[in-house]
Amino acid sequence: MKKNGFWYEIKKNKVLYAMFLPVAIYYILFAYIPMGGIVLAFKEFNYRDGILFSPWNGFKNFEYFFASGRAWLVTKNTILYNIAFLAAYTVFSVACAIFIAELAGKIFKKFIQSVMFLPYFVSWVVVAAMMYNFFNYDYGLINTLIKNLGGEPIDIYSNPTYWYFLLPMLYVWKWVGYGSVLYLAAIMGFDEECYEAAIIDGANIFQRIFYITIPMLKPTMIILILLALGRILRGEFDMFYQIIGNNGLLLDYTDIIDTLVFRSLMQVQDIGMASAAGAYQSVLCFVIIMFVNWIVRRYDKDYALF
Amino acid sequence: MRKGKDYILFNIVGYIFITIIGLFTFIPFVALVVSSFASENYIINHGYTLIPREFSLSAYKLIFQNPQRIFRAYLVTIIVTSVGTSLSLFLSTMAAYVMYRKDVKYRNALAFFLYFTTLFNGGLAPYYIILANYYHLKNNVLVLILVPLFNVFYILILRNFIRGSIPDSLIESAKIDGAGDFTIFLRIVLPLSKPALASIGLFIALNYWNDWWTPMMFIEKQSLYPLQYTLYLILSSVNVAANILQNVVRIDMPKESLKLAMTVVATGPIIFLYPFVQRYFVRGITLGAVKG
Repeated sequence: MKKNGFWYEIKKNKVLYAMFLPVAIYYILFAYIPMGGIVLAFKEFNYRDGILFSPWNGFKNFEYFFASGRAWLVTKNTILYNIAFLAAYTVFSVACAIFIAELAGKIFKKFIQSVMFLPYFVSWVVVAAMMYNFFNYDYGLINTLIKNLGGEPIDIYSNPTYWYFLLPMLYVWKWVGYGSVLYLAAIMGFDEECYEAAIIDGANIFQRIFYITIPMLKPTMIILILLALGRILRGEFDMFYQIIGNNGLLLDYTDIIDTLVFRSLMQVQDIGMASAAGAYQSVLCFVIIMFVNWIVRRYDKDYALF
Repeated sequence: MRKGKDYILFNIVGYIFITIIGLFTFIPFVALVVSSFASENYIINHGYTLIPREFSLSAYKLIFQNPQRIFRAYLVTIIVTSVGTSLSLFLSTMAAYVMYRKDVKYRNALAFFLYFTTLFNGGLAPYYIILANYYHLKNNVLVLILVPLFNVFYILILRNFIRGSIPDSLIESAKIDGAGDFTIFLRIVLPLSKPALASIGLFIALNYWNDWWTPMMFIEKQSLYPLQYTLYLILSSVNVAANILQNVVRIDMPKESLKLAMTVVATGPIIFLYPFVQRYFVRGITLGAVKG
């Protein structure tokens, strides 16, 4: 048997490869086989013939999807919301991490960090209940306050413009604790000597942050932003579905690809539309990741994802 | 350290900023708990306030008057969360250990095999049809464990943690002492990876506890509804809530506070896990980590 052949390697480390097997089988069954199901987008599916034997119908599903007028709308919403989420999340996470790292007062910082992590623990179902508690037209906290102050109550559930602001805010609320821990972990890894040298040279705390901490955080920020850009066509389905649901008044302003796919599949039972939209999303997503990665590789290999 | 004007100014700005963020995250929780104790009468006349003047336990009494469905949902959630988390954590760490071992020639190929699944997928429609019609997982409690079972990023974080905290020489010497690959994993790698296991374990447990998507897609049998999905059904319609808790709709039912009381009950115990694993967080999630 060849010393560096495939079978030799498998045999030599057979225990180790066997230890990887459960995860490998899972991903074959739950990721790679469904990946092959993408052919569904080119078929007219019926349950009797299944995915493999349903008749082909070429690009009809796609024609229908693009003719429906939703394609451009949901693409635009998905991308714009994700950009807003990413910008708000990065700014707030980095700011919180820097403050937590530099402030005095250990106990206070520990307490605030725990508090900031709370939203990470609750599901979007619970967040939806909290939203209801705050913004409900008849009894909500905000409207009670406005009424007590003599103002007109606001009805956010029938007024789309509020959501451009509310959704990014909610996103920050939910993830800022997690994001700040990621950045804080990076800051904790920095070399103390840089800071000590800067102090000896007479740099004040703001100069230290702007000329040492932020530049040293750059690689972390770039990696996290890259990962997020790769997901730019995948919206926060949980959030949109729980908070907005099927509210017809808001749908045009808050419909993203994921909610469209879900509604077509589960509620309208339009499998053609659901598979075309899903395939469109996957392929575009893949192309964007490859493109972003290619750009980054040309700029600096170390920052690239792979 | 010199504490000049800049330091004082920085602390003032910092404390104000951090306090605002803290209040911003904390107030919704306070409001939720407080409102769940407000009396229906008070809510209808005055709306929700942060400090209501009439406290009432009626919403909680209603939930626990006919507790079978809630207890059932709790039971499903607890079983799925504990079985799923231990299975996932053990198998994920084992896979991470294989990808960390330098003598595994195809370790990078294995990593890419996992990573690729995050780059590309077939979309929701094939996923749903394959799980429901080909694997027959619909209305099967297994689906609640299998769908959220692994997360590629957690596996890669675990691998990087092992790589960063366990010296190769330790593995070498264990091998010389005659330990097999699996024994090394059980006796050396697992005990030394505690900080990462604590934080990743918490993340996995949270994914299970908060999962409402899988039951919505795949479960129609009421006896298999987990907690978050039950909560979702209650929130999406008060009449459903009435049916879930009692068979007859009562007129004096505290509809408003009921939703919030149910939310408090469903959020429940998972939040108390946090203080126990918090100290591992920053150590457990080192970032080089996120990169594949």
